[in-house]
Amino acid sequence: MSKIWQSFVKFFVSLRLTVVLLALGIVLVFVATLAQTRLGVWGVHEKFFHTFIVLKEMGGVAVPVFPGGYFIGGLLLLNLIAAHLYRFRLTWKKCGIYVVHLGVILLLVGELLSGLWQEEFQMSIDTGATKYFSESYRLHELAIVDTTDPKFDEVTAIPEALLKRPGTLDTPGKLPFHVVVRGYWPNADLHGPAMSPGQIPGSTLATKDVGPSLSLTPLAPTSKDNERNLPAASIELTGPDGTLGTWLVSPLLMASQTFEYAGKTWSLALRVARDYQPFSLTLLKFSHELYLGTDTPKNYSSRVRLKSDDGAEDSEKLIYMNNPLRYRGLTFYQASFANNDQTTILQVVRNPSWTLPYVSCLLVAAGLMAQFGLSLVNFIGRRKAALAPTAAQT
Amino acid sequence: MKRLIPLSVLALGVFYLVLALFPPAPKSEFDLAGFGRLPVLLNGRLKPMDTVARTTLLVLQGRQRVAVPGGRTLSPNEWLLDALFRPKEADSYQVFEVVHPDVLALFGLTTEDGAGGKRFSFLQLEPKLSELERQAALARQTEGPERNAFQRAVLTLREHVMLYDRLTVSLVRGDTPDFLGEITKFQDGLAAGVAALHAKEAKQPFDEAAANATFEAAARFTIMADNGYLLAIPPPTDDTTGTRWRNAGAALLEGIQSGTLDPGVIAYAGLARAWQQQGPTEFNTIVRLYRPALMGRFADRIAKTDAEARFNAVAPFYHGMILYVLAFLLAVFSWLKWPDALGRAAFWLVALGWVTTTAGIFTRIWIGGYAPVTNLYSSALFVGWVAVLLCLVLEWFFRNAIGLVAAGMIGFCTLLIAHYLSLAGDTLEMMQAVLDNNFWLWTHVVAVTIGYAATFLAGFLALIYVVMGVFTPWLARKPQAKDIAALAVASAPVSLVLAPVATAVAGTIASKSQTNGQMLVRMVYGIVCFATLFSFVGTVLGGIWADQSWGRFWGWDPKENGALIIVLWNALILHARWGGLVRQRGLMALALFGNIVTSWSWFGVNMLGVGLHSYGFTDAAFVGLLAFVASQLGLIALAVAPSVKWRSAAA
Repeated sequence: MSKIWQSFVKFFVSLRLTVVLLALGIVLVFVATLAQTRLGVWGVHEKFFHTFIVLKEMGGVAVPVFPGGYFIGGLLLLNLIAAHLYRFRLTWKKCGIYVVHLGVILLLVGELLSGLWQEEFQMSIDTGATKYFSESYRLHELAIVDTTDPKFDEVTAIPEALLKRPGTLDTPGKLPFHVVVRGYWPNADLHGPAMSPGQIPGSTLATKDVGPSLSLTPLAPTSKDNERNLPAASIELTGPDGTLGTWLVSPLLMASQTFEYAGKTWSLALRVARDYQPFSLTLLKFSHELYLGTDTPKNYSSRVRLKSDDGAEDSEKLIYMNNPLRYRGLTFYQASFANNDQTTILQVVRNPSWTLPYVSCLLVAAGLMAQFGLSLVNFIGRRKAALAPTAAQT
Repeated sequence: MKRLIPLSVLALGVFYLVLALFPPAPKSEFDLAGFGRLPVLLNGRLKPMDTVARTTLLVLQGRQRVAVPGGRTLSPNEWLLDALFRPKEADSYQVFEVVHPDVLALFGLTTEDGAGGKRFSFLQLEPKLSELERQAALARQTEGPERNAFQRAVLTLREHVMLYDRLTVSLVRGDTPDFLGEITKFQDGLAAGVAALHAKEAKQPFDEAAANATFEAAARFTIMADNGYLLAIPPPTDDTTGTRWRNAGAALLEGIQSGTLDPGVIAYAGLARAWQQQGPTEFNTIVRLYRPALMGRFADRIAKTDAEARFNAVAPFYHGMILYVLAFLLAVFSWLKWPDALGRAAFWLVALGWVTTTAGIFTRIWIGGYAPVTNLYSSALFVGWVAVLLCLVLEWFFRNAIGLVAAGMIGFCTLLIAHYLSLAGDTLEMMQAVLDNNFWLWTHVVAVTIGYAATFLAGFLALIYVVMGVFTPWLARKPQAKDIAALAVASAPVSLVLAPVATAVAGTIASKSQTNGQMLVRMVYGIVCFATLFSFVGTVLGGIWADQSWGRFWGWDPKENGALIIVLWNALILHARWGGLVRQRGLMALALFGNIVTSWSWFGVNMLGVGLHSYGFTDAAFVGLLAFVASQLGLIALAVAPSVKWRSAAA
């Protein structure tokens, strides 16, 4: 038993494992870089890095071909921690190396956490307009909104991921009806009445509003950087007295579909997922400078007014390249602009672990300095010793 | 006699550089240098005419010289003057490089029609320009990365023809024999013409001739304003920012509003007449008188454009290249004979080459106002600079000429690469918004580039190890015993970052008798440590910059991945060595593969055409990269060949 345990330990603490994992990591990163021209950066994340196993379609079957980012990174982390616990001796000579590897561990953990919980949105604001929410790049939600009260809307948002399986959804008790998914397409185009055989007639997908007069063409999902998926779903609402009807929803339908039920006005839409914030941003001015006689941008900046709902914050901020606004766990970056410089587009990121790389960089740099500094001191000492007799002779 | 060699080589080198500092002016009665110093705003940067002339020629034909009918050779400034002021002459100069056979066929040309088999004149291209336009429109329907070689060649040539075309209407209309006369006449009739146009608009009786003359002139100037390439006319005096430089057409149109002509336009029209009539006295007078007018307003910026014109003429990187080649040869010979004398001579040449490139790099930093590395071209300069500096440090300690051979090789190669990269145009570019940040350019980019340089150096040292080991018994030899006191005197101030090198050296000094091979192993190991430090810190700093500018510490962008691969590879080498998985030759094979990894990250990634860091590339670069990778794989094969095949092992 102890022999097996020992060989088990030896395996996990060995430098050979480190070298093999580093080599596998290099191959993975290289192949993923090549694949990026085809798949786009999001596709590469999913297929190569945020996964345990890289799969490859071979004759319609997904065959595991290579360890993924989680697998290699996780084993490397295990190897690092195990090796240092196993061989740990507190000596001055080694302390630099320990600090360096602690920094590397933090870096790996930071990347894992970012992959798991970092959320990215964007917020586009027109000059003079105020926004309370930012929107996802890639995720959608089914929004059922009670618009009865003109003063406020009551929103129930169901993430797109829950629509993937047909059937009745568990919705919070506030809705007086059930939401039943009758059909879901991750990427689809909508047209007028069905003409060609590939199209699904809307009359089979919806009974209410515009749905019956449309038709739907399912498309292959895309992960390319310059394309986005536009999902569609067929949604039935059922009350205690039977069905209310079936609606076809898609972000391609610009306006929400509305209906009356139980004395209230409701609207229904599959829209880009929103992230509501306890504060608002108002765009005061967007500026955009070019180098003279070129199309090369010199600077973009957005002057915004930040106002929190609780009244604690009400001030002007300037967001420009390399100078984001950080507020309540969100970071706002100047990303782009549109509409003849009248609209600014901000990238909004929530990443609770954003400070980890900074700490790890400091640790590694300090560790390397300590290690090399110590070597230098030794070196000078040894050289003095080596030279002393020679100097005496001359 | 032998003792004098190093000193006399040093003296000759210094003399050579002093000569280079005062290059002979082209033989001409015209003040071409004065013209070359005139400032122009182009691509967002104020630069001298001289730079415009040189970079335009490099873009069009890949070299700066222009051979014209009659066997004469024009300097870049003479060519520019002809293109600007005598387009009829310039149209017959063969300055458009066309190599793609299908493009040549499109023009009905063969290689025999071109100078050097590949350069053609505007006149030769002119009859089929409409066909070029049609092909370009077709090529543009294909998306950038998917275009084939023919489509790319068509688009490039069209761009070059457009550039040339725009150049010829920058300052004057070359189709008028006397543009100065045209604009003076225009100015004289301007008041009457504007009055007539106003009257016509108000439907009152008006002087039709005056109105027509002004209207026609305005139409001619509008073409110049829309197409003129050079923004050579200084901002109007009421422009408080002092940045609104214009082409001549725009300045002329503004003259219609203000009722007066800009003195800059008149000065250039005067230069045009003097050049057309080949009157050096008038030309030189205008150049001399126009300059003080500019100096009064832009003294500090003109100091930079003047320096740049001089920098172009001195060509420090060219001279650096020559010094490195000579140093390389001397260092190799020092292994055969007179190791001390020739080695020291080579050391001085490398040092001179390094000082020359240092001066060049710092001049560029001063002129451009950015950190040393802003684009692929400057990264090539910097990689060479760092690698040679590391070599000098190694040589200072080891005194075995290995560092000098490596320095000569890397210094020459990187400057050669830089030369080819400079063919893409002006190398001092303005940085676009997200990259326009000197703090990160100085930290992240510099650290990553030092990492490249060190990884390459380790690879080149490994190359020396393999070549010398397989083909000669040199590795197994010990360098001639030297007085260890000489090393004591040579106590260089070693900064903290150079400590890895020092670490590697420590053992050498303790044990006096090491073979060349053992010393190389220590050198490679030390340099790999150094490379790991810089590539890691540089890569993480890049992540922090990305976090600052778009909220993603790590985006798996191809260039980031390239840098990461270098870090992982260096870490792999170190761990493989610590774990005893590789010994001497294994270490060398790994270090050689580091060359492939680094060249991938440096150039290969840019060829993918995705990501925020890409700079673009040419087909020839891809072939070059493949050839380099193949050569390194060949060396790795030699490195792992059975040791009986090694002459050094037999010895």
